[in-house]
Amino acid sequence: MNQQSSIWLPEAASTIAGDVDALFYFILITSIILFVGVISTMVYFAWRYRRRSDADRPEPVYENKLVEASWVVFPTILVAVVFIWGFKVFLEQGIPPPNSYEINVTARKWSWTFTYPNGVVSADLHVPTNQPVKLRMTSEDVIHSFFVPAFRVKADVLNGRYSYVWFESPKQDTFIVACTEYCGTSHSDMYSRVIVQSQDEFDQWLSDNMDDGTLTPAERGQRLYTQQGCFACHSLDGSVAAGPTFLGLAGSVRNFTDGTSAEADDNYLRTSIVNPMLQIVEGYPPVMPGQYAATLSVDDIDALVAFIKEY
Amino acid sequence: MSDTSHNYLNAKKGLWSWLTTTDHKRIGILYAIACGAFFLLGGILATFVRTELGAPGETILGQDEYNQVFTLHGVVMVFLVIIPAIPGILGNFVLPLQVGANDVAFPRLNLASWYLFMAGALMAVCGWLFVGKVDTGWTFYTPYSSGASNAVLWLTSAVFVAGFASIFTGLNFIVTVHKMRAPGMTWNRLPLFTWAIYATAIVQVLATPVIGITMVLLFLEKLLHIGIFDPALGGDPVLFQHFFWFYSHPAVYIMILPAMGIISDLMGTFSRQHVSGYTFIALSSVAIAFLGFLVWGHHMFVSGQSALSSIIFSMLTFLIGIPTGIKVFNWVATMYKGSVWLKTPMLYALMFLFLFTIGGLTGIMVGVLAVDVHLHDTYFVVAHFHYVMMGGALIGLIGGLHYWWPKMTGRMYNEKAGVIAAILVFIGFNLTFFTQFFLGSKGMPRRYHDYSEFLETFPEFAALNMTSTIGSYILGVGLVMILIYALYSLVRGPRATANPWGACTLEWTHTETVPDEHNFHDTPLVTRGPYDYHLADDVFGPKKES
Repeated sequence: MNQQSSIWLPEAASTIAGDVDALFYFILITSIILFVGVISTMVYFAWRYRRRSDADRPEPVYENKLVEASWVVFPTILVAVVFIWGFKVFLEQGIPPPNSYEINVTARKWSWTFTYPNGVVSADLHVPTNQPVKLRMTSEDVIHSFFVPAFRVKADVLNGRYSYVWFESPKQDTFIVACTEYCGTSHSDMYSRVIVQSQDEFDQWLSDNMDDGTLTPAERGQRLYTQQGCFACHSLDGSVAAGPTFLGLAGSVRNFTDGTSAEADDNYLRTSIVNPMLQIVEGYPPVMPGQYAATLSVDDIDALVAFIKEY
Repeated sequence: MSDTSHNYLNAKKGLWSWLTTTDHKRIGILYAIACGAFFLLGGILATFVRTELGAPGETILGQDEYNQVFTLHGVVMVFLVIIPAIPGILGNFVLPLQVGANDVAFPRLNLASWYLFMAGALMAVCGWLFVGKVDTGWTFYTPYSSGASNAVLWLTSAVFVAGFASIFTGLNFIVTVHKMRAPGMTWNRLPLFTWAIYATAIVQVLATPVIGITMVLLFLEKLLHIGIFDPALGGDPVLFQHFFWFYSHPAVYIMILPAMGIISDLMGTFSRQHVSGYTFIALSSVAIAFLGFLVWGHHMFVSGQSALSSIIFSMLTFLIGIPTGIKVFNWVATMYKGSVWLKTPMLYALMFLFLFTIGGLTGIMVGVLAVDVHLHDTYFVVAHFHYVMMGGALIGLIGGLHYWWPKMTGRMYNEKAGVIAAILVFIGFNLTFFTQFFLGSKGMPRRYHDYSEFLETFPEFAALNMTSTIGSYILGVGLVMILIYALYSLVRGPRATANPWGACTLEWTHTETVPDEHNFHDTPLVTRGPYDYHLADDVFGPKKES
């Protein structure tokens, strides 16, 4: 199933990709044959029956019942074939095998978070190779859509309900994950990666990243930074995004849109998390969600403040 | 114009006489001016979009600006150009002439619909300029649009108001076709353009209220916080998509059916041959109009709607594909043993067949459940619907405008310029949109401001996007060229004759070069079908025995 990419399709790196591609190429080739047939007939007729004199008045030709019938029957058979074929592969795409490994996916403007059964959270999707993986997905805000071109899977991710995709990748590699439902400003930056690893590497990665209760507040803050998707807008390396970077934030002087300014002490950091609209730093749009006062515990907020102060 | 003859253009003078006219031909011209201006606006926005995407990374537009620009491009092109243009311009001008009537059934309602259309357009523009810029995309999907600024309410109200223009126009055409046909103009002698506009009118009347209701519900939700679509208020976001596509899929047929009608008339006239499958084409327009109401869910295969619904919608989608395919075969067959005259309008008809066939076949591709899961919301879909909407509907409109231009203005355009522009449009269009099939099937999502992240895996995206952008400039040059020679023709174009193409429908055979304000001097008596060239001795002179 490890097909290389062609001019039409990306590399096929899941067990169902080959089935989808076979159908794609069947329709493509049939379409090309039909298209060439129609257009060459059109060009031939336009030349063969070109007007030779303005007085030309050809005898009328009325349609032939047999020819008309063939136009009905032949396309009907073709579309019946592609419908049934597409329906069968659609069922394969839609029904995850019972032994699937389940991972929870949370989407928000504009990041993805993956949560594993043992509590590990990650901004990248690590999965073991040759193992069916089922994603249970939900959104914190608007509709997003989870799309891995190399796996030929896609599903909208909605607020207030779960949607699912599943895949099994035989290939150890990294693949792009993109959001395909328009979701605002940074829609085209809402990427993640699927990292397909051997079962051993995957197990190792899982245990390395597990929270065993011994994490320091700053380490817990780092997990929350990933889990809550803060990274989508707040970089750690000074690069520009929708929100201010955390690099050098603590202790600096912040200038606000109302003309005032303040030093970024612990209280400022706390307030900015729980009530982000209170003071807007100059040069940034007022777009930070306001739900964190309700969704984060006091410990969580302490941990995030400790994390931010490390940068 | 310095016509000495008395006609609808010089019957009354002054701007006021135009703004208060109830003459269907003048209202057609009013629509032409308005839709032309909006098309120019939408086209300029499209070149902004393509320029931004020409090179990876941010080039001329920031993320938010880009999102606003593609939204406005979509709204303007769909609601202010493609939906109103053919019924508004050519439907108004041609339909009453083709059925042998002196006007539409309700001339004042007809004028009112133009004013409603302009009011809607004005609301959209004012909202944009003075209230705020909308970045929801033309689809207004909730809950994104519920959380967007109140400017979205201006835009949805504009869609609501312009919708009534569409309903009134449709109503007018239905009654006109039923009640005002000239003696002898039986249903099976109706020109296929009229048949197509008639089928379109049915969809306009039945479907448009649904978008109006949807926009009202959106309004209620945003202003009164009644939970309908927004899950935060207990609503269902997928319900919005159902409502939206329940209108917007039939709206696709509002856009394409009239163009199919134009193509039928062009194929007949410029092949001087009976249009193959006349009855089939006529009735399939009506069948497509009804079936078009039953396929909306094929926009939602990955939305989370039930698998069973998806399967049924996919099946019905193919059902509608078959009559469309048969129409294409019939248009090609019309040239068989005909006398094909490759004038500019016919070039557009052939271009339509080329582009629309690609649009139709790729429609099969995205209608297949398993394949659509991969292609949904990628550039493949963008390319597909531009092939249908622009390659189909707008190319049909441009062909129709060239065809009826002498009747509307009394002037001819420069044929050589027409051919050159048609070639530019053809090349530019294919460069722009064919490349997007490759981008989409490789995985580039639509509504993307930037594709830099994809370049590592797909370095060819840079070249494909650049090609598409260059194509859009060529397309733009072709379209501007049409505008220039059309305007030039108004002033300097050679005078047309009453029936320069040798057509056999009433608007050519029974009116002056430019019709007078009452269309016909005497009520025409129809004695033959619209494409019975062999019987039309009145057009061609008595047939010589050979």
